[in-house]
Amino acid sequence: MTNWIDACSSDDIEAEDVVRFDHERRTFAIYRNHENQYFCSDGLCTHEEVHLADGFVMESTIECPKHSSIFDFRTGVVETPPACENLKIYATKVENGRVFIEV
Amino acid sequence: MPSRDYNLLGPDAQNAVTNGLVTENWYKTPIPRQQIKALMRRSDQPALRDTAILFTLMIGFAVGAIAVGQSWWALPLWLAYGVFYGSAMDSRWHECGHGTAFKTRWMNQTLYQIACFCLIRDPHCWKFSHARHHSDTIIVGRDPEIAIMRPPNIPALLVIFFGIFDFFNGFKRMFTHAAGNILPEEAAYVPENYHPAIFRIARIWSLIYLLTLIVAFVLQSWVPVLLIGLPRMYGCWHIVLCGLLQHGGLADNVTDHRLNSRTVYMNPISRFIYWNMNYHIEHHMFPLVPYFRLPELHRALAHDLPSPSHSIFAAYKEMLPAVMRQIKNPEYQINRPLPATANPYQKHTSQTKAKN
Repeated sequence: MTNWIDACSSDDIEAEDVVRFDHERRTFAIYRNHENQYFCSDGLCTHEEVHLADGFVMESTIECPKHSSIFDFRTGVVETPPACENLKIYATKVENGRVFIEV
Repeated sequence: MPSRDYNLLGPDAQNAVTNGLVTENWYKTPIPRQQIKALMRRSDQPALRDTAILFTLMIGFAVGAIAVGQSWWALPLWLAYGVFYGSAMDSRWHECGHGTAFKTRWMNQTLYQIACFCLIRDPHCWKFSHARHHSDTIIVGRDPEIAIMRPPNIPALLVIFFGIFDFFNGFKRMFTHAAGNILPEEAAYVPENYHPAIFRIARIWSLIYLLTLIVAFVLQSWVPVLLIGLPRMYGCWHIVLCGLLQHGGLADNVTDHRLNSRTVYMNPISRFIYWNMNYHIEHHMFPLVPYFRLPELHRALAHDLPSPSHSIFAAYKEMLPAVMRQIKNPEYQINRPLPATANPYQKHTSQTKAKN
């Protein structure tokens, strides 16, 4: 069943940035890319348990703050090591200035 | 007196996990998101400029050395060429390995591959090795890049200034990989899907080194091996001189980089060769900040870090007595006071969340 969660205001995230969102003992990363589109993925890097929200967003990629693994957050695909597993991503929508994620 | 086993497959590797030292919970100086975001911003320009200078100098010194032939004047020219090959390439390897030198990814990759070749370091193995160094910095049994082990072996430390161990170890690894094998320690941190690429690179490099030897033999000249290969030995002293200061004499088995890393002010030439890795605490806390923004990061964190050493000489004056004491007492370590504005050192507790 579709379960849309109100995660944050669309203004909470600057262009080319990321915020952390914790929900029911899970942690997510919510991104806004350079084209002002919003995306969501699991909050921890697949290499080690590092919060991606502390990382660096460039266009539509997130770079892990610890070991520089880069993921395309539109698809979750890992682009550079040391991470080897893709990120799990979640559908995202913006309504009335709020960002919702489907979990 | 507890002994230390630095083997990644030894008992201290498991002890580190059991004791909660293998954790993501490392101390970080609080810094506003806006500020760190600005510091992480990438640019091609500084590294393009530095790379152009580096290669111009290398070509200039090499051409000069060849031009003066067998005169004694060739010696300083070869030594200068060697430092850029054997030491500056090490810092380029490091920075490009982090992916922070250039904004453009292929530029990082290109310089990284060249630097890896010069240093005889497989690009994949060392990527994972250095990732482990950042995960578990100076954690005994976990960090594969601990330069000064305890108790220190002083003759071995002197030998590394001539690159002898790294040179032969590099070739040993290269030939092992070229034969289609991975060393057991490497298998501990390199995923299997990277093994074919490792073997392929090693075979290409083996061919290049073999061709270099053939050319030297045919020409009956040392020049080819002075240009390719040997500078890894005769030019590495500068990176060793700077690199030993990164963690030497400081704490091990802690989760606060202010306790196990050292920031040293250096002269501009050393900083060019070393690409600002003298700001080492700052680099470990925020590895995504490019080398050309580390001085700015240093200023932003200064209130929370121990005072930096004011020169290479001052840093050795602090480090060497501690290293000598560690020969008899491996538990000894330098404890540096924090400024009054700093948060206290993070005391490790075994309650921190361990990872596998």
